[in-house]
Amino acid sequence: MLMRQTSAEFLKLWRVPAFSFTSLLLPVVFYGFIGVGQANQTMGPPSFVKFGAYFLASMAVYAVANVMIFSFGISVATERGMKMDLLMRATPLPPFVYLLSRCITALGFAALTLAVLFPFAYFAGSVRLDPSQWFTLGYRVLLGSIPFIALGFAIGYLSGPNSAIAVINLVYLPTAFASGLFFPKQLLPQVIQQISPYLPLYRFGQLGWDAIGAPTTDSVSTDWIYLAGYGVAFFAIAIWAYRREESRKFS
Amino acid sequence: MAVTVAAELVNATKKYGQVEALRGVSLTIQLGEVVAMLGPNGAGKTTSISLLLGLRKPTSGSARLFGLEPTDLAARSRVGVMLQESGIPQMLKVREIVDLFRSYYPAPMPRDRAIAMSGLEEKANALVKELSGGQRQRLYFALAVCGDPQVLFLDEPTVGMDVEGRRAFIERIAEFARLGRTVVLTTHYLEEADQLAKRVVVIDRGVIIADASPVEIKGKVAGKRIRFTAAGVTEARLDGLPVTTTTVEGNAVQLLTNDPVTVLRALFQRGLEISDLEVTGADLEDAFISLTSHRHN
Repeated sequence: MLMRQTSAEFLKLWRVPAFSFTSLLLPVVFYGFIGVGQANQTMGPPSFVKFGAYFLASMAVYAVANVMIFSFGISVATERGMKMDLLMRATPLPPFVYLLSRCITALGFAALTLAVLFPFAYFAGSVRLDPSQWFTLGYRVLLGSIPFIALGFAIGYLSGPNSAIAVINLVYLPTAFASGLFFPKQLLPQVIQQISPYLPLYRFGQLGWDAIGAPTTDSVSTDWIYLAGYGVAFFAIAIWAYRREESRKFS
Repeated sequence: MAVTVAAELVNATKKYGQVEALRGVSLTIQLGEVVAMLGPNGAGKTTSISLLLGLRKPTSGSARLFGLEPTDLAARSRVGVMLQESGIPQMLKVREIVDLFRSYYPAPMPRDRAIAMSGLEEKANALVKELSGGQRQRLYFALAVCGDPQVLFLDEPTVGMDVEGRRAFIERIAEFARLGRTVVLTTHYLEEADQLAKRVVVIDRGVIIADASPVEIKGKVAGKRIRFTAAGVTEARLDGLPVTTTTVEGNAVQLLTNDPVTVLRALFQRGLEISDLEVTGADLEDAFISLTSHRHN
């Protein structure tokens, strides 16, 4: 049942080019435009990390969080709009199997985006990392994406099917910029530099940058604690939004 | 003791805010029964089904499926459902979504059989979004039967279909019922109930106003339908006749009565210029109209 549900969820996403193409290709395109040209420039003291590697970490974080928020936010909102939840509810499908299948699908998609982005950075950006660094980057980025599942879920339950995309773009893109995923934080306006340490994507980004050996402002465990905190908050909001919907539709 | 009751409502009421959708409904559906729930829009048919399926909770009273809470997965795994206005993923193929729904049930029927039962063989590889309205309705039927359920709940299954499509669809439902399964369907196409069901439950304004076989329901109310046209006819000129309902549309009149001879005699005595006279046995639709209009008057 879980396998069938998961493969169905995967196909549902895969066959929507607006989702599958943008998730897989957008990070690569960004990397091509911004990262490749200056891939061999060193970031300067004290790190001597090449920009290519630094930006790979940025885009990995961006891509994965993107999948989580879009796959959950938009598809949950759309399915609610089409009353797909109604029929599912009347079947003997246990809700946790449904939820779990979506999480697995989202993580699978996230892994797929990395499987496209990593080789691209390797070949086009000549990024060379230790095997352990590749590995650390990969697993941190996947593990750290879990709070964003909850965020996507919360957005999906709080916004309508038509407004979900707008809400997500409005929140996600500016936050990604403010978190230094496109330009290193030092290049951002002062005000934003002061906000960015409190943004979940910034903390997520730090985990990525640290994985490839770039210096970060806080220790890795601080970043994890921040992310876990955001995760708990997002899950709480998601559960609240879900319950609110339940009591409206199914009581 | 073996459970013989498939589904049951006991004194169920349901309020949506201030609106009372159900005002005390008790209904027991035995295994193997084919039951049609009839009623106009807003009568409480869909609400009754929703309570039986655990999609809604009764405000008071109770709902049971196989003696269990309707939300119990053990009860749900014995039930197939077709709901009004429910969506399904557009980007899956017919056979994929049938397989998906089959995986929810402990002992599903083979995929091809479910697809054949709903007449979608040629569309098995089509995406859901490519299906026409009628085909989609058949897909919902396939999803409802694919788990090989003991009880099938169909909420307005033929809505939006043309006459031919409806007839074919009713035959598919009948085929499933002939396997000895329980079928509960709601409809306001009354000939469907007549064709399919052994038991008709008439709901109006949140209460059951009749619960009998189609034959009994027809017998209970007007047995004959009189139709004619008469120039300048008004409801006033038809007053005092032994009829259950009177419908006047322009010059066309329809009367439902158990005493057609007296009615006809009175009509001629009143000097109406009658033409196109027709006296026929009332069908369930007429019976239904007089049942509900009785109460409104």
